[in-house]
Amino acid sequence: MKFIDEYRDKKLIDRLVTEINTISTKQIRLMEVCGGHTMAIQRFGIPSLLPHNVRLISGPGCPVCVTSRKYIDHLIALCRIDEVILTTYGDLIRVPGSSSTLELERSRGKDVRIVYSILDALQLARENPQKKVIFAGIGFETTTPPTAAGVLTAKNENLRNFFVLSAHKVMPPAMEALIDEGIQIDGYIAPGHVSTITGSGIYEPLTRKFGVGCVISGFEPADLLESILMLVRQIEYQQPAVEIQYKRAVRPEGNLVAKAMIEKVFEPCDDWWRGLGILPASGLKLKDEYADFDADKIFNIEIEPTRDDKGCICGEVLKGIKSPKECKLFGKACTPSDPAGACMVSSEGACHAYYRYNRL
Amino acid sequence: MKKDKILLGHGSGGKLSHDLIEEVFFKHFSKEKILFPTDSSILNVENGKLAFTTDSFVVDPIFFPGGNIGKLAICGTVNDLAVAGARPMWLSAGFIIEEGFMLSDLEIIVKTMASEAEKSGVSIVTGDTKVVGKGFCDKIFINTSGIGFLPEKNVHISKGEKIEKGDLILINGNIAEHGMAVLKAREISRFEGNILSDCTALNKMIWKILGECEIKFMRDATRGGLATVISELVQDRNFGIELWEEEIPVTDEVRGFCELLGYDPMYVANEGKIVMVVSAKDAEKAAEMMRETEEGKNAAIIGKINDQHKGMAVLKTAIGGRRVIDMLSGEQLPRIC
Repeated sequence: MKFIDEYRDKKLIDRLVTEINTISTKQIRLMEVCGGHTMAIQRFGIPSLLPHNVRLISGPGCPVCVTSRKYIDHLIALCRIDEVILTTYGDLIRVPGSSSTLELERSRGKDVRIVYSILDALQLARENPQKKVIFAGIGFETTTPPTAAGVLTAKNENLRNFFVLSAHKVMPPAMEALIDEGIQIDGYIAPGHVSTITGSGIYEPLTRKFGVGCVISGFEPADLLESILMLVRQIEYQQPAVEIQYKRAVRPEGNLVAKAMIEKVFEPCDDWWRGLGILPASGLKLKDEYADFDADKIFNIEIEPTRDDKGCICGEVLKGIKSPKECKLFGKACTPSDPAGACMVSSEGACHAYYRYNRL
Repeated sequence: MKKDKILLGHGSGGKLSHDLIEEVFFKHFSKEKILFPTDSSILNVENGKLAFTTDSFVVDPIFFPGGNIGKLAICGTVNDLAVAGARPMWLSAGFIIEEGFMLSDLEIIVKTMASEAEKSGVSIVTGDTKVVGKGFCDKIFINTSGIGFLPEKNVHISKGEKIEKGDLILINGNIAEHGMAVLKAREISRFEGNILSDCTALNKMIWKILGECEIKFMRDATRGGLATVISELVQDRNFGIELWEEEIPVTDEVRGFCELLGYDPMYVANEGKIVMVVSAKDAEKAAEMMRETEEGKNAAIIGKINDQHKGMAVLKTAIGGRRVIDMLSGEQLPRIC
């Protein structure tokens, strides 16, 4: 198949693997911080191709996984309001809150709907003027521009029954925090889709400050292996840099239109990350100008006190300190069909990916 | 007045019900086979074992490229019997219909069921119809149950009791076609390209191979796809499975849609695909016999039974990596059959 098979070509793969093996001498740990990468790495069995001294670890790249339990509780409280239709991407629906999930609320008759795009949520708002449609805005720079576009559309159309509860986040503060905490990360496989929006510039401060290289990678096996090779070279020759492997999609300056849209609607705020706690300027909230669309400000409701899960080590998994397999719940009390922690729920979560593909 | 839609009265048990049975069901499900419109059909049974199965069909949309809910209802149940090593004989058909459903659509569905039953050599011998008010079911739901003769020598197949190291794993063609056809018809019909459901009855092909090859196990890879069948088969067993990604047949079109939408074809539903474990000596012959039929023309040997990683199935990826194959968790796509 065109544009796919080229990047899964066995000969090309073999060549990349051989070169990694030839150059690599040091014990290194490379972290991917994109759930799509986590899935691709496990799905194609990339770790089984690498030499033992090159270890891949999964970082906080799955938006569902790093989202706080408090946010889930907030959504649950919102969906219990009578005239509310709560719309969300499918991933969130099974994430455990303190005492319920959106899926459970739906089965109890609350109006919770899965949408594939914020456009569907806007349409629902248009079709149901007597209802209040709330969109759960989560994700990194890839999903933030659509949310911004949604808010702008609602404002233009004067759609007064459309709201967003934002848990949008930006990636670089988390990448810095991990290194700051002293976790051994010798290079970042930087997110491909996020970077199509942001460009490569956002990683420069990190590389300058910590001397850790970032290679923006595509999602096919040859992409990932080439990125790993580029990082191995940087490390072996001690030349950390920000490089773009995923050149067919990512430009250094990013997507200027999308960036402008984010800036128009959102402003940075401190935000809580599972495993990392509160990181300064790592979240995005709606600007005051758009307060009429901010579910956080409009709906004055009581949210139940957050109760955290016992025994789940999602936090340490997200930091790459522990592998999912080291969790005593993994595969027993926590499986994709009955998840205890967020990392097992999302198909992009490290625990989910390990459970599905890497229990050898 | 000629009625063109299903009315609540069609499920009343009275005159309208009677007319519906006469004019639609008996018209197509040949009358002598249904014997009498009595409460039970009386069947003649040979000595030996019977296989008995049931399945309900709620696919949305009811008409999709490559078939409709009626075809699915026959093929699904016929295949469930056939993979147990049984010769499918009799089927029941129960209909739950929403008030207002077009009679002409019902007739198309019933006609398809009759012709599929005929093709696969089974008789529909009993049935039932209920009508529910508008909004209480979505258009039409069908349940079929089936009975087949199970020769003593095939009893071991459904549990795979004789599987041993060295046996090979076959599939009769391209995977993931049904799931993607339904998904495409339902969600993204505006995309170009045509994917047909693989929905078909496999009993004739299977029966032939059963006569000549040593089959150790069969299962139709429906919901949950190939991956789910394989991981179910290996669970808690004294052997391991290795599958070769490169050998698993998938069309470019299906792969393309899967890539686009983020699905793994290994987990997408089929309605005319069987996973067969065959002794090494007979595997090539079984594959050849499959290839001689329309439903098996793209058959391939896709893996083998080994004695490493017992209880676990491993996929050798096309790029030479290795990973575990696990069951589908949750619902990848609701209402595909």
